[in-house]
Amino acid sequence: MPFLIGENMIGGYGGQNILNGCTISVDKGEIAVVVGPNGAGKSTAMKAMFGMLNLSKGTVSINGENMEKLKPQQRVLKGMGFVPQNNNVFTSMTVEENLEMGAFIRHDHIQENIQQVYELFSVLKEKRFQPAGELSGGQRQQVAVGRALMTKPEVLMLDEPTAGVSPMVMDELFDKIIEIAETGVAILMVEQNARQALSIANKGFVMVQGENKYTDSGQKLLANEEVRKAFLGG
Amino acid sequence: MIDFLNALTLLANYIIVPGLAYGSQLALGALGVTMVYAVLRFSNFAHGELMSFGAMCTILCTWALQSFGISLTILPTALLAIPAAALITVLYCIIINYFVYEHYREKKIDTNTYFIVSIGVLFFTAGLIRLVIGPKDQNFSDGVRFILKARDFKAMTGLNEGLAIKTTQGMTVVVTLILVAFVFWFLNRTRTGKSMRAYSDNEDLALLSGINPKKVILITWIITGILATVAGALYGLDKIYKPFTFMYLVLPVFASAILGGVGNPVGAVVGGYIIAFSELIFTFAYKKFLFYILPESFSPDGLVQLLSTDYKIAVSFLILVIVLLIKPTGIFSGKTI
Repeated sequence: MPFLIGENMIGGYGGQNILNGCTISVDKGEIAVVVGPNGAGKSTAMKAMFGMLNLSKGTVSINGENMEKLKPQQRVLKGMGFVPQNNNVFTSMTVEENLEMGAFIRHDHIQENIQQVYELFSVLKEKRFQPAGELSGGQRQQVAVGRALMTKPEVLMLDEPTAGVSPMVMDELFDKIIEIAETGVAILMVEQNARQALSIANKGFVMVQGENKYTDSGQKLLANEEVRKAFLGG
Repeated sequence: MIDFLNALTLLANYIIVPGLAYGSQLALGALGVTMVYAVLRFSNFAHGELMSFGAMCTILCTWALQSFGISLTILPTALLAIPAAALITVLYCIIINYFVYEHYREKKIDTNTYFIVSIGVLFFTAGLIRLVIGPKDQNFSDGVRFILKARDFKAMTGLNEGLAIKTTQGMTVVVTLILVAFVFWFLNRTRTGKSMRAYSDNEDLALLSGINPKKVILITWIITGILATVAGALYGLDKIYKPFTFMYLVLPVFASAILGGVGNPVGAVVGGYIIAFSELIFTFAYKKFLFYILPESFSPDGLVQLLSTDYKIAVSFLILVIVLLIKPTGIFSGKTI
């Protein structure tokens, strides 16, 4: 059984189902990417797995433990880290304060963790006393990921981390994500830049209308003629 | 040269010293308004009455202390009474929050409704104050009245003009400095303070980070209650406690908060001093001042007063309108703490 799995998830907002029985899973040290057309329910699926949306059917479990009754904050304590797509940093607070707030739920020493984040994202160390709102888009994303890493998550969920950043910054961000995965963290991300995301993915999920359309390794999905034509623009 | 010093003393006595004291009171008031705005996202119009409530509690505690024969000899006894009064005011804030604001917060009502609710709280609090202490003025200042008497200053310096500093004025500035420094230290250095700023900055992300909104709101009311009590007590000590003045005091307090950038604590403090000095500068009669600095033949006949002191409140109104027209976010671009 995979480390994190959302199985046969059905649910949505206000009676309208967005998820129609999709299954998404990721293992430790693996990168899983969810791609698909707009409105397919990619972000919704991820939010459901983090507990921001109640499922009418289906289960979410980490390491075999059912998460159904837990709120997002409690899921953070169970080892989940989440980076929302928008408004994912405290703009008026410094980079370091952002990291401190990321670790708010913990009561032990966090200094070591802050140093680890600075090692991973060296630019953040230079800007540690600058308000996060003054940073560039790519640097903000690094703060957002760093903030989520402060709870030492076992699975890191990223909702379109490369939305609105330049291709160069995107490559850099993907490199960092690979580095994080290599430390044994499970990475689950939703991506618009499907081609690039699948190229670094161990596992890819192509979602259409709240259902799994294709599930395979990233390379195989990239090689799949149908997937290329329908979702990757040829 | 002597004339110049006389002119300077005149300004110090009528503008600088009272401005610093009044500015401090406004700064504390505006800081309270800004805290509530930053965390709960509404303009708390009941803040003036909350200051009045705090002042009333201070008076009652002062009377209690005096009846036990306790006094601070030189300083006003009220200084001792403030902590107890702050505690009562904080309790009052928490009760109001629990029974009124929390009810609307759970219903996720929009901020305009909140602000109308705060007007309801304003009238309720005002009524409560009239019931407890009555509508009459109360003078509760004791101890030595002056740090520096005008007559002593004249004797010391040989100038025509005197400079007087009231004990309450000196105390106001010192207490404000300590309290403001504490609030800033709390917001910027402590975990809880930072979590308040985080909640104010981005509510959703704060929730994701495990910050408990109820705790943040509780602490906001504790700080607001303390700030309101100290501001109200100092204002009452400096002038005289008049229950009716606080309804009007809300205006310069809000003008200060908005001028500085509502939601920004630095802005609130700076705004408080700017408003206080503007009120004094616009309503001061410069006749004597000009008499000292101009050659005799240029001496003006009139009072050379821009506005009569009756229009003091209009100054903050005017500044408020100008700020809202030109830079609605205020000097320090507010919204978060």
